[in-house]
This record gives sequence, C-alpha cells and structure tokens, in this order.
Amino acid sequence: MNRQYIIRRLLIAIPSLLGISVILFGILAMAPGDPFEELATNPAIPPEVRMALRAKFGLDDPVWQRYLHWLAAMMQGDWGFSFQSRMDVDRLILQRLPVTLIVIGASQILAISVAIPVGVLAAIKPYSIFDQIASTFAMIGFSLPTFFTGLVLILVFSIQLDWLPFVYRADINATGWAFYWEHIKQSIMPVVVLGLAQAGTLVRFMRSSVLDVIRLDYVTTARSKGIGERKVIVRHVVRNALIPVVTLIALQLPAVFGGAIVTEQIFRVPGIGSLLIAAIQANDTPVVMGVTFIISCLVVLFNLIADILYGWLDPRISFR
Amino acid sequence: MAGSTPASLSADAPATPQVVVRPRKARSISPARETWRRFRRHTLAVTGAIVLLILVSGVLLGPYVWPVAINDIDFTAKLQGPSLAHPLGTDDLGQDLLARMMYGGKISLAVGFAAMLVALTVGVLVGSIAGMASGWVDAALMWLTDLFLALPTLPLLLLVMYLFRDSVKKVLGVEGGAFVLIVVVIGGLRWMPVARLVRAQFLSLREKEFVEAARALGASKVRQVVQHILPNALGPVIVVGTIDVAAAIIFESTLSFLGLGFPSDVPTWGSMLRDAKDYLDIAAHWALFPGGAIFLTVLAINFVGDGLRDAFDPRRVL
Repeated sequence: MNRQYIIRRLLIAIPSLLGISVILFGILAMAPGDPFEELATNPAIPPEVRMALRAKFGLDDPVWQRYLHWLAAMMQGDWGFSFQSRMDVDRLILQRLPVTLIVIGASQILAISVAIPVGVLAAIKPYSIFDQIASTFAMIGFSLPTFFTGLVLILVFSIQLDWLPFVYRADINATGWAFYWEHIKQSIMPVVVLGLAQAGTLVRFMRSSVLDVIRLDYVTTARSKGIGERKVIVRHVVRNALIPVVTLIALQLPAVFGGAIVTEQIFRVPGIGSLLIAAIQANDTPVVMGVTFIISCLVVLFNLIADILYGWLDPRISFR
Repeated sequence: MAGSTPASLSADAPATPQVVVRPRKARSISPARETWRRFRRHTLAVTGAIVLLILVSGVLLGPYVWPVAINDIDFTAKLQGPSLAHPLGTDDLGQDLLARMMYGGKISLAVGFAAMLVALTVGVLVGSIAGMASGWVDAALMWLTDLFLALPTLPLLLLVMYLFRDSVKKVLGVEGGAFVLIVVVIGGLRWMPVARLVRAQFLSLREKEFVEAARALGASKVRQVVQHILPNALGPVIVVGTIDVAAAIIFESTLSFLGLGFPSDVPTWGSMLRDAKDYLDIAAHWALFPGGAIFLTVLAINFVGDGLRDAFDPRRVL
C-alpha cells in the first residue's frame, strides 16, 4: 500500500467536494425568493433601509463572491442558525448524526451478512433452484420501496403481533440491560427495512462477482492441487470476489442515505433524515442546506474510504 | 460464459450434416425478432411484461369502465374495506380508492416514462460526446459524471423540490408544474449511468471495422454516430432505460410519500400511502393497495429489464 496512492485519492476528493458545493450553492442561488421580501411589503421600512440591509449581507454582490463567502463560512463551521430549533445548524446536525450513522451501519452489516452467503451459494450452482429462488427474492428486495416495506412491517409486527414499537423513542427511562433491550427492540424494524433493500442489490453484485472469479485459472489450479471445494470457495474465490463489491457498496451509498431519510421518517428515528424533512416542512433553509451538504460530504468520504480500501485489497490498483 | 459458443442464428436449425448445403434463400431474422425470440425464453420477464401491460391498460382504460370521480366525498362510507360498491375500499373521506388508484397510476407511469426519456436523452448526449471526443473534453465530462454519481439523489431531489416548487407552480400550473419539475429533476439526477455506458460502448465501437469503413468512405462524425455507432450501442441503453423507469417511479412515490411531490389533493400512489399510514390499524387496505401497486409495477419493470438484458447480450446462449 503506497502512500502516493492515498495522497492521490485525497487530492481527487477535494475537487469533488468543491464541485458538490458549487452545485448546492448554485441551486440555492437560482432559487426564487428574497430573504428581505417581507420587508418590501412592510410600509414601515423605507426602501433605503432594505437596500442597505441587502448591501450589508452581500446580496447584491456577484455570484462568485457570494459563493466564496458561503464556502468560507461553511469551512469555518458557521452553518447558520436554525430558527426552528433555536440553535446553530452544525450543533443540531452533530446531535442527530450518530443515530443515522448507527442505523445505516447496522443495516449495512445486516445486508452484507445476508447477501454474501446467499450470493456465493447462488453463484456456486448457477441456474439451480436455490439460485433462482435467491435471484427472485433479490429482485423483490430490490424492487420494494423502503416506505412500503416499513409500513408492512409496522402493520405486521407492531399492529397485528404487537411485538415491536413503531415509534422510535430517544427518552427511554430504563437502566442497565432494560435500556439496551428497549433500544435494540425499537431499532430492529428501521435496520431491517434499510438492510433488506440493500441486501437485494448486494446479492446480485455478489453473485455476478463470484461468477466472474470462479472461472479464472487460479481457481482451477487450486482445485487441481487437491484443495477441498469448500476451502477453494472460501479462501480463494470469495476473498477475491469481495474486492469489487467494496466499490459497489460505496457506489450504493447515495441510495442508502435516501433510504435512511424515508426510514427515519416512517419510524420517527431522530436522525438527520427526519431532521431534513422537518426542516423542509418548517421552511428552515439553513438546516436543509446543512443536512444536504453533510450527506454529500459523507458520501464523498465513504467513497474515498472505499477507494483506499480497494487499493489495499487489490494492490494492482494503487500502482496504476 | 467462458468457452460457450455465442448464440448464432443457425443454432436453432436442426443439425443435419448430410443435407447438401445449398444456398437456399436464407431465412433472415431481423435483430428485433431475434431479441424477441430470446426475450420470450425468460419466463419471469414475460410475466412482468404481461403484468405491466395489464397495469397500463387498467390505468388508461379503467376510468371508462369505472367512471367514479376521484374526489367524490361520502362520509357515510369512510374507511370501508373492499366491497361491491367500492372494490378497493374507501379512504378517510369516503373517496373511492379504485378511482384514485387509477388516477395515481397514470401519474406514476407518466412520470416514470418521461423521467426515463430525460435521463436517456442527457445520458446519450453526454456519453456520445465524451466517447467521440477523446482528450480533455472526455476527461471533463467524465469528471462531471462521477461528480453527479456521488451526489445523494434523494436529499438533492428534496432540496430542489423545496426551493423551486412554488415558483414553477406559478408558471406551469399546480399539477403541470409539479410534473415538469419532478420529471426534469429525476431525469437530471439519473443520466450518469447511461452516459458512462454509452461512452464505454462508443470507445469500443468507434474502433470497429465497420465504423472505420464508414470513416474511410468519408462519413461525417455525426453520420458515423447516428448511422453506425448509436444503433449498435442501443441495446444496453434500452436495458438501463427500463430500470430507470422503475427508479423514477420509486423516486416520485417517495417524494409524494414525504409530502414534496404532487400537491396533496392530487392522488398519487405515494401520497395515498402517506395519508394511509396514520390509519394502518383500522384501514390497512388503504395502504396495502397503493403500496402493492408501486411494488408490482416496479417489480414487473425490473423483470422486463432483466429479460431484455439477457436478450440483448449476444454472448449469452438462450
């Protein structure tokens, strides 16, 4: 693993972040609406005062100047003030972020631990009954919209069976094991909804990746040396088949964040996704911008991690 | 499929070596027909196509068979389960769900197809420009494509809808404005896979002999692309386009579900789910029908896409 490769990847990530910030700022700048619109219709405020205010906040500056101002403020952690929650946007987001990351992380672990064995087994015997069932279920999981799965799970497990709570509560007054048990119980459904949606896609990736690797010559060599089939699959095939899947998982991340927004909204999980929806409903623009920006940054960050992991798993990549 | 022979047209004919091979008038099978023959082998894809056909015709012709207004409020019949008077039951205002489902389906399918067309147009344009013009143009366009790929679609979709909804509404009307905005934004955030695919196809196709021959005969760049390269790159693009319809339908329903799609008085499958989710315990049918409809449509489209992928893949023996 050479350091040069990591540095190169880091340098590639910077223009991506800048590009994303340009797109976000461009959308905001093109959006209609004037923050001082209300003042224009207020007869108590003369137009000169309004103009002075506009000049003070730099609304009459050229676009690129406003962009640089905005970027500088964002980089310094000055993300604006949420009028809805009466606190700084960066603090608000930091408060909500861990929940989202835990839910997404748990669902990814669930998806990976379901998808890898299923995908491998399906690929070992392609077009067998197991493969066909697995592929069909993968397609179903991949086609199920998260909001519908969520509602069906609520219907079955909360309303019909009454096993699991369907509203996520942050203020559980229990201690010790009961506290953790309650937390796990209320996290099961959001995690399963997100995880299943991911697992469907991952099974398809994993299956085709294993199919690509299994017919390579080195696998035949391993078999001809008399290594057991099980060991060939686990030690030789799966290890190499997993490498491209790392990138594919990273490429899926924008979709995962999208799914997280919906899931958090359904189960009222207090993460950044439900914060985004609440902010949109309350016309709280700084929060909307902040959340969109942080999700974009996270996607770039995870892509970077995946790239570096890829270089480590497959050293050929880092020498290109 | 290493080592397997590519599917050839003669694979169908019974192998009878003793027959004298006389140049009979060769039964030529057009590529479209060959694709259809291969598509038919994929049972699930055919099932998907049939389901899709039923859904589309139900949505388009259904309102003539079942002419009930979508906003016929009847409080005496609210939250009823399926019955003869209301085959899919009613919602909290006693409005007929079947009529609303058909209306919503029309919107969902129209959004799906229109957004797919936008995505394909942009993607094919960007991909072919990048594929034909190597050098910095290619590099810049691909950087842009990768940048867009890293954008989180749903948050951005929500942001744009949030910021532009009101002003577009003023220009294009309530329903039309929402439609145009949703289609443009979904299409504008889904073109990247198409662009990458088209570019990759162009890079290999433009070096092929038949394109070289066209070049040697003095065909202009545009003619090379339109006449020779693009038709050969179309198969995979159609597959991605099919999947894009499904993705666009999911995005539209998600937006409506989150309350940022069509205005709340327009029944779409997503907004019906949104309204229904507070009544899950007493009127589960209200959520299950639109949710099931989205699922069924998307699943059918995805299976059709899968079948098309297999049918267009010449290396695959079917």
